[in-house]
Amino acid sequence: MRDLVRTFFRRPAGIVGLVLLGLVCLMAALAPVLYPASPWEMTGVPFSRPGENGMLLGADTLGRDVASGVVHGARVSLLIGIASALAASCIGVLLGCIAGYAGGLVDMAIVRFTELFQTIPTFVLAILLVAILTPSLATIILAIALVSWPPLARLTRAQVMSIMRREFVQAARCQGQSTLSIVTRHVLPNAISPIIVAGSLTVAAAILIEAALSFMGLGDPNFMSWGYMIGAGRTVIRQAWWMSVFPGLAILLTVVAINLVGEALNDALNPRISRA
Amino acid sequence: MMHALRLLLGRVTGIAFAILAIATINFVLVHSAPGDPALVIAGQSGATDAKFIEQVRADYGLDRPYLVQLGTYLGKVVQLDLGYSYRQRRAVSELILERLGPTLLLTLSAFVLSLVGGVLFGALAGRRHGSWSDLTISMMALLFYATPVFWLGLMLVLVFSIQLEWLPAFGYSNMRSGTFGTFDQAVDVARHLVLPAVTLSAIYMAVYTRLMRSSLIEVQHEDHVRTARAKGLTEAAILRHHMLRNAAVPVITFAGLQAGALIGGAVVVETVFAWPGLGRLTFEAVTARDYPVLLGLFLVTSILVIAVNLLTDLLHRLIDPRVVTR
Repeated sequence: MRDLVRTFFRRPAGIVGLVLLGLVCLMAALAPVLYPASPWEMTGVPFSRPGENGMLLGADTLGRDVASGVVHGARVSLLIGIASALAASCIGVLLGCIAGYAGGLVDMAIVRFTELFQTIPTFVLAILLVAILTPSLATIILAIALVSWPPLARLTRAQVMSIMRREFVQAARCQGQSTLSIVTRHVLPNAISPIIVAGSLTVAAAILIEAALSFMGLGDPNFMSWGYMIGAGRTVIRQAWWMSVFPGLAILLTVVAINLVGEALNDALNPRISRA
Repeated sequence: MMHALRLLLGRVTGIAFAILAIATINFVLVHSAPGDPALVIAGQSGATDAKFIEQVRADYGLDRPYLVQLGTYLGKVVQLDLGYSYRQRRAVSELILERLGPTLLLTLSAFVLSLVGGVLFGALAGRRHGSWSDLTISMMALLFYATPVFWLGLMLVLVFSIQLEWLPAFGYSNMRSGTFGTFDQAVDVARHLVLPAVTLSAIYMAVYTRLMRSSLIEVQHEDHVRTARAKGLTEAAILRHHMLRNAAVPVITFAGLQAGALIGGAVVVETVFAWPGLGRLTFEAVTARDYPVLLGLFLVTSILVIAVNLLTDLLHRLIDPRVVTR
């Protein structure tokens, strides 16, 4: 464990990522303290420039505070990113385990199914899902999870298949342990580290999909989100650049931070396959 | 010959199954929506017309058992009947066909741009591993990989259209066809194409740059490169003849698999730039909750991607004889 922490912090990129991510999380946690009013509330003069009328990042076309939107948007982005990555990991790990363990026809069916999901334009499917099921936090999380699981399933399958051949698994089988016990006690714990890395990178991808969905007008109408803010700023970009610039920077920083942490985690957890 | 034929036959059945599977996803989606499936098929604007709803119900056999309904739906798909957009008062297949050209132009340009740029930057970074140029290129790749495509598009508009006034901010062409020469029109479209294509290519360029960089670093240590160096070849010749080609193989393989993601990106980019392709149609359909158009778009873009995958696979076999024919 100590080695893990030490390798993680050896690369400055990991530290930068962790600090950035910490700041975003802090922003999300402190949103109700920093900006107690709802980000939808029209508190200022419409089209205020950044710094004008006491608004740090300016106001939008209706006089809503952009800074308040950015801070509150962090909660939605992180929530949806983490929840959908977790859901995608559950689907991926489950299918990957079944395919890798069962082999044969079951394996072939799952592999084909996964391939199909990897070739189709997943963003179009996500749009279709959210539009038909009506946009809400739950449907957005479901849609992102449904389009994000295939790489995780492939990775888990490959991991499970290579570990299944090891002696300790065969020993457990000779002892007469049940399939469930072999998979959960012996196979998964040894297969999990690359899955954790892939799962953490899925959070970043999920945040980007969420932003794109709400940019297209498919966000949950009850929550302020970064993608929605950029979408609202699109038509008035000539008059109010700040409406789209700041939420975009927030997305960029968050995604960079998660990717940096994910890569550092990769170096720490999988020292042998880390990049040159 | 027999072998190739059998291979082709296997491929065709695989594709047919994939298309049926995608159509089945559509069917399941329509039925998992809250409320009456007839309202979904009619779209939000068609849902107000009781007569139209009745016709949809009869057309799709919605009062019959599920399996019969699925059969009816798949039968329609096979006959290229993708439904009717009540809002646009036109057949969905017509709407989609009309918008196919601009999307192909955009995605193809972005694809070429990202591949060329990615191989170039990746080679530049990988050759001087650990240098300042490597660090700068790697940092840029990291940033662009994390940038939301639509936001990048808006930022480019802000700089190149609004501030510098170099390029048009949106649209496909300013000229009406017929009044200007073909060359002028092509230049006009090309000027409109620059920003959307650059925007769409950025994220993939970042991916290919990273891939190419690590691939080149790996190739550097291989035996045949050491042999070439021992023969006394110049560094430039080694790079050109012995490293670039080998290093580019994984990049090209990976790029072929990105067709689906590219179409997804095009949806967002076309929304930003009002580019009159399938993506813009998607945005219009989302805004109007025109479900038949969305369902049709998912089906057609999926088929497009499957076709592209088949094509790259065949090309791969032609170029690289080592690819085993399964």
